[in-house]
Amino acid sequence: MTKRVVVTGLGVVSPNGADLTQFRHALKNGMSGIAHDPQLEQLLFSCQIAGKPVIDEARMSRYFTELEIRNLESTGIVYGVIAGLDAWEDAGLEPAAAETPDWESGTVFGTGTSGIDKFRGAIYKLDNLQIRKLGSTVVAQTMASGVSALLAGKLGLGNLVTTNSSACATGTESILMAYERIKSGQATIMIAGSTSDSGPYIWGGFDAMKVCTYKHNADPEKGSRPMSATASGFVPGSGAGALVLESLDSALARGAKIYAEILGGHLNSGGQRGAGTMTAPNPIAVQRCISMALTASGVHADDVEVINGHLTATTKDTLEIQNWVTALGRSGKDFPYINSIKGMIGHCISASGSIESVASVLQIHEGFIFPNINCEDLHQEIELLVDPERIPRICLHKEFNLLIKASFGFGDVNACLILKRYAHE
Amino acid sequence: MNREELIAAIKEIASPYTGDKTALDQINEETNFITDLKINSANLVDIILDLEEKFGIEIDNDSMSKMLNVKSTIEIIEAKLAENDRK
Repeated sequence: MTKRVVVTGLGVVSPNGADLTQFRHALKNGMSGIAHDPQLEQLLFSCQIAGKPVIDEARMSRYFTELEIRNLESTGIVYGVIAGLDAWEDAGLEPAAAETPDWESGTVFGTGTSGIDKFRGAIYKLDNLQIRKLGSTVVAQTMASGVSALLAGKLGLGNLVTTNSSACATGTESILMAYERIKSGQATIMIAGSTSDSGPYIWGGFDAMKVCTYKHNADPEKGSRPMSATASGFVPGSGAGALVLESLDSALARGAKIYAEILGGHLNSGGQRGAGTMTAPNPIAVQRCISMALTASGVHADDVEVINGHLTATTKDTLEIQNWVTALGRSGKDFPYINSIKGMIGHCISASGSIESVASVLQIHEGFIFPNINCEDLHQEIELLVDPERIPRICLHKEFNLLIKASFGFGDVNACLILKRYAHE
Repeated sequence: MNREELIAAIKEIASPYTGDKTALDQINEETNFITDLKINSANLVDIILDLEEKFGIEIDNDSMSKMLNVKSTIEIIEAKLAENDRK
């Protein structure tokens, strides 16, 4: 018999709010976390604006030991550990006792790369023939599983402790992997989440591909424009999101706060066949991912009330809307509400799916639909598909029952999950 | 530098790597870094790097593998300082 799975804890480190309280406030008020980045300007980036969370030193010492802070040069690890521990605390959970791990709890915490600044420093030392000066911290900060390993140690997690990676689908994928683990009865509680480093060495490759906007260096907060006629590329972001997933039985038994239920989802790939390539999605695969997620969750396309899209503010936004229209068989005034947080925080790469899922859970739990910012000039082709009223530009306070979240990544990979409002019985 | 000064220097360098401050306060020549101070063996290499910097010496791999307690560490530091003096 399979287990029902609910969300009982949230943690987030976002460019527009480095903890859950700030993030919720920013989300409801459409507040931007995008700023001019002097380092990107100095390094001659085309796009000199970015989204970076702000973490002060006093906060660091609440999550990391003095020794861990020494030589810590991985922003992704900082964001991921803070989000993960915040989610655990928000769920009302404690670390395991000193001698015995918590066999029923684990984590899937994804990332694209890890500790890229640490890696850079290590490479400079190596090439200067100073290998003996590296010290002991390079491996733990550059291994992809850096965050999951630290979380496991700090909390005593004794179930599956691993790291997933599927480009911009990573965060949403981590939630579905953790969900499957609990659903099948192999774990009771899982921290699902993902992180993404800040800085030029992670963002440089995207800048070089000319997929980031270069038109808003003077007005950063206007730069990220999902679904807008004047969208001109994504704005790079960073941060982390984390969700504590738990079997419904366990959550009820300990009287935990339940944010939402995860009904199911689907993961797939377009195989880079048809229109799919390394960087472009195969629309058939995207539509199939959405349809399969609905089927797996036992809900109908007409039940969907809110879509939290991937919508990065590139030319692909129109294609994404078309895919939703086709997959759901709904358009115009019949289309669900749709929003993208990327207008506020940019595209947080491997962290996008988890940060956006935290935003999705907050919406369904608290009954609001956050505003799309920077799309006052809605793209004409999108307007032909969807009634503009379904793309809220102001925050709507509205209780609803079903939200669908999707993320799409390089490699032609897709992840789609379905959240249901939890009616406390 | 006499032995008391060397022990004091080692104590200061080892301090951030140990959670057992009581054992650190009682540090003496017989103190073992791993069993007495409960220092993670992976951090011994960091302590050795800090000692190299503090004393302006370079500790080779063979010497490193012997530096498990305060006494052997002092002996190696003294030997390396003496080598520096001869240069």
